[in-house]
Amino acid sequence: MAHVNNDIKTYKGFRAITLLCLVVLYAPLVIVTIYSFNASQSITNWEGVSFRWYADVFTGPESAKFKTAAFNSFTIAIIAATASTAIATLAATAMVRGGNFKLRTVSFGLISLPLMVPEIVTAVATLIFFNAIGFTRGYLTILVAHIAFCIPFAYLPISARMQGIEDSFEQAAMDLYATRRQAFTRILMPLMAPGIISGFLLAFIVSLDDFIITNFVKGAGVETLPTAIFGSVKQGIKPNIMAISTMLLSVSVVMVTISYFVSKSDNTK
Amino acid sequence: MAAGAASGGSARADTYKDARGWLLLPSWAVLGIFVLGPVCMMLIYSFLTKEFRGGVIWEFSLSAYDQFFFDRGLFGDEPAKLEWTYITIFWRSIWQAGAATLLSLVIGFPTAYFIATRPEHVRPVWVFLITIPYWVNLLIRTVSMKFLLRDQGPLNDFLIGTGLIDSPIHIVNTNFAVQLGLFYSYLPFMVLPVYAAVERYNFSLSEAAADLYASKWTTLRRIVLPAVKPGVVAGCILVFVPSMGSFLAPDLLGGAKNFMIGSLIEEQFKGNAGNWPFGAAASMVLLTMVLIILMFSARQQAKADTAGS
Repeated sequence: MAHVNNDIKTYKGFRAITLLCLVVLYAPLVIVTIYSFNASQSITNWEGVSFRWYADVFTGPESAKFKTAAFNSFTIAIIAATASTAIATLAATAMVRGGNFKLRTVSFGLISLPLMVPEIVTAVATLIFFNAIGFTRGYLTILVAHIAFCIPFAYLPISARMQGIEDSFEQAAMDLYATRRQAFTRILMPLMAPGIISGFLLAFIVSLDDFIITNFVKGAGVETLPTAIFGSVKQGIKPNIMAISTMLLSVSVVMVTISYFVSKSDNTK
Repeated sequence: MAAGAASGGSARADTYKDARGWLLLPSWAVLGIFVLGPVCMMLIYSFLTKEFRGGVIWEFSLSAYDQFFFDRGLFGDEPAKLEWTYITIFWRSIWQAGAATLLSLVIGFPTAYFIATRPEHVRPVWVFLITIPYWVNLLIRTVSMKFLLRDQGPLNDFLIGTGLIDSPIHIVNTNFAVQLGLFYSYLPFMVLPVYAAVERYNFSLSEAAADLYASKWTTLRRIVLPAVKPGVVAGCILVFVPSMGSFLAPDLLGGAKNFMIGSLIEEQFKGNAGNWPFGAAASMVLLTMVLIILMFSARQQAKADTAGS
């Protein structure tokens, strides 16, 4: 395969399309980031670099709303990512280290259910469910919904990682009279760390970014950052929204980058 | 990862065989109660009677589905005719999602192919570059797209500045804007499976074709494309399915004239004007369509797997 002449493999124009693809993907984000530093009151004219809209997010008339929304978003993301990562780790242990069993396909189907059902359908279903059991919508309903739909995002990197680790490490430990619990916490978990960290980070981002399900189950008065941003954008894009978007965007990019480098690191060698 | 998967994959480890019930219990409980349960509940709700201020009355009724498919006049006493309003909205959603999928394929296939033919150590970097934007908040990405495309936006400013056009092109609030938004939302879903397929493709086949005087485009069409078809099909489904039920792109980029299923459903649960059973029924129709597509693709994939091995 390595000997195949590059002239045969490569197509003229494919490089250009790839670059176009990257431009299309990044241009909107770069432009919004640039305009978030615009000194102008209007979003159309450029009047020089300034941090005034960042200051506005923290001290301006809408700052109280954003602070509460940010608090809700981050606490929900941390709790939901922690819970879903724990649940996904246990599930992955059963799926990867549990031998063959009948319900394996069903289990996998159930775990990937949130990925298959369209998000708006999950949102409607969850709203109806909380309504039917008479549960008042608010912070708690958002949290529960987030834990559920974050599970597959945490599960995929965790199970991929576990499949990549031979069970001979644990077997060796147990041959040397370690209990299974010790082999789990002292051998398997440390080896699993990169998978678990990247699963946690992905679940965190997915929770932090969710709009549709949150919008349906949040109830009156409780806002997360995406629902607060959506509410503002409905009246037109304002400069302070671009500042807050840029901050949120940076959080996601940093987290994904960490996740990428963590999952690339290989501590089994 | 590849080496590890190969060594660990031969016999399935069963260290936790006896504990797997307990290990799976939390995920079964959470997903069963808060995802599967609600979907069943939604099915029940779609057969209930609507309460005028939102919510339902527990009385069996087919009126939600009836309203979806049939028109019986203002007072419900005329002979049933096919109701086109909602079928049109569904049809538009399918069409828009299809156009977005095609756009993703036209841009995504060459991109995936290009990445898969890079030296092995730089491929993950390219893949990473393509996936970063996906992890940025979908709402922020859609708003950014709107900001870029609007009449007084940077794109039109740039085009007028370079003298290519005299007056701004109206893109926001058109079908094309929605397609562009959907393309932007789900492009990585096209690139990743196609990339995975092209990476597994044996390029000596292309060489053999070239030796037999096939032109490069014939080789691409007749040799490469059939070989990577499962990846292409997977990519198309992964873009099409979420596009069809999307809410943000049509809502923010499309305006009121380009209503899609997502907005129709959302409207039924907002404020007092909503009709919950009707919203549940529309969600069921959408879910049924998605499940049919997924079953079809699973069958295709199984067929490709048996043909491949």
